[in-house]
Amino acid sequence: MSPRDDHAEVATATSGTPGAAQRGNTGPVWVLGMLLLRDLRVLTRDLGQFILRTVMQPLLFTFVFAYVFPKIGQGIGAVGHAGPSFATILVPGLVAVAINFQGIQAVALPLVQEFSYTKEIEDRILAPVPVWMVGLEKILSGVIQSIVAAAVVFPIVLLVHAKGQAPEVHVASWPLFLVVVLLASFLGASFGLLIGTTFDPRKLPLLFSLIVIPITFLGCIYYPWATLSPIPWLKYAVLVNPLVYMSEGLRAALTPSLPHMPEAAFLSVLSVGTLAMALLALRMFHRRVVD
Amino acid sequence: MSGIPTVTPDSSRLATATTAGVSPIRVVGLTKRYHSLRGDILAVDAIDLEVRSGEFFGLLGPNGAGKSTTIGMLTTRVAPTAGRAEVAGIDVVADPAAVKAAIGVVPQTNTLDRQLNVFDNLYFHGRYFGMSRRVARERTAELLERFSLADRAKALVQQLSGGMAQRLMFARAIMHRPAVLILDEPTSGIDPQTRVNLWELLTELNDEGQTILLTTHYMEEADRLCNRIAIVDHGHVLALGSPSELKAGLDADTLVTITFADDAAALLPTAEALPGVRRAEAEGRVLRLFARDAEGLLGRVVTLAAGAGASIRDASNEPPTLEAVFLALTGREYRE
Repeated sequence: MSPRDDHAEVATATSGTPGAAQRGNTGPVWVLGMLLLRDLRVLTRDLGQFILRTVMQPLLFTFVFAYVFPKIGQGIGAVGHAGPSFATILVPGLVAVAINFQGIQAVALPLVQEFSYTKEIEDRILAPVPVWMVGLEKILSGVIQSIVAAAVVFPIVLLVHAKGQAPEVHVASWPLFLVVVLLASFLGASFGLLIGTTFDPRKLPLLFSLIVIPITFLGCIYYPWATLSPIPWLKYAVLVNPLVYMSEGLRAALTPSLPHMPEAAFLSVLSVGTLAMALLALRMFHRRVVD
Repeated sequence: MSGIPTVTPDSSRLATATTAGVSPIRVVGLTKRYHSLRGDILAVDAIDLEVRSGEFFGLLGPNGAGKSTTIGMLTTRVAPTAGRAEVAGIDVVADPAAVKAAIGVVPQTNTLDRQLNVFDNLYFHGRYFGMSRRVARERTAELLERFSLADRAKALVQQLSGGMAQRLMFARAIMHRPAVLILDEPTSGIDPQTRVNLWELLTELNDEGQTILLTTHYMEEADRLCNRIAIVDHGHVLALGSPSELKAGLDADTLVTITFADDAAALLPTAEALPGVRRAEAEGRVLRLFARDAEGLLGRVVTLAAGAGASIRDASNEPPTLEAVFLALTGREYRE
């Protein structure tokens, strides 16, 4: 009945292959890099899809608000309207939305799936690094995708507009611009990790109506924060929205002629917020993975 | 069931100290307690285990016995409440990343990377575990060949049949040549052909020197494959030994099973008194007699039944199975 019983006396440590893995590089940074390579493989395979989903929303926005509206003389952005063109206001706002939305989408959506009934997350979790580093890799992957999204969206919002409605954009300070883009990307991707780790997959449709849409519409994208003064309660209520600081930061870096928050304000909120969000997300990720 | 080599909490504690190098798996007083609103659940209760190098070790138990929680702790996915667990000499709590480098895991569900094709599933796994591009490519090609997946290299995981996905998970688990291969009920829910194929494969791997830890609730599987088996229930190790040692523990060389047309309980007292019968049990219409040196027992039971006017539907006479040991130890009540 037990054909394998006879060699219960097990051969002593085989000098053969098992256990003697060619473990040239298993430092945590190596593993992190390889996990990133895996994400890049997936991204480049679906590059067309990535660009389409990144481009459509800002393209339609600038088309309607910076081309159609001025042409038909509709309210905002209409010709003869005093002050800066609406396109100028939109440029930093739409880049900020692209970064934030990409961070959430690139990290949260796959993660919700990986955590759901297939438990596909195990494939990544078994990589020889501490669990929190698998979460960190997800954030870094989101950061990369957010930056690519910003690079794709920027020329569109710059170029799509009616005659005479060109946005006045000039990078006042490259370091400021880069720091804001980087912090915004980290914040968005960390938020994505938190959502992906804590959201019930069955409630995923609510993600858009309860989080993404309110954040977008109340994120100082279509209006500088300072112009909210006539509605004081709203002006202060939107300060809980991380997108406000991303938009205002990009406004300061790209369209300094428009009113914007003081640098110290958005920089400190973005850096402290990013750190807090990342730590919280990594903690929740660890708790979700390890019983 | 006095003869079954049961394990008392500290009798075996590190008794089998390693002779050559570190044990692939060593577990001492390992405990996991879950807190829930309905009170605490002791999923694993101070178990001790040691798996030797090159051994095929089975963890056998009913659902909810604590098998998966134990595997969870060994694979660093579950944090122990107390006790110690070492894999390849590395403490699972102190250095989980190093433990993960030393194990290959085949989990219960299909956890393959659905965003990647078959080739990349193995290739990237090898890369995570430190392989260069060239080595990862070569090892992937070798394993795809070995597991008969070479012609599906470009297929997406969703396009694989259940058996193919299972083979790919095995290939992934051994891709980085782990010190221990850990299989968590790998054959539940797969068809018999695939299962037999996997058995052959596992035997082959083990013959090559691969240490394997298998959990299962299929007795036949454990009996065929394992060098040693720990039977666990309610978080305890109830018995530990080779399949034949466990069966010998029943103190019987024959298991006579008779199915009657009616309830078997009435015949139990007389059957129990037959010469050579060590233990008898009646369950519904089935009567089981564990006997030693009882030549002609089956004939005597048939005569006995005829005398009592009970009609027999089926009768068999065979060496005791691991299942008999298992049921003797874990009882017959249903588990969730």
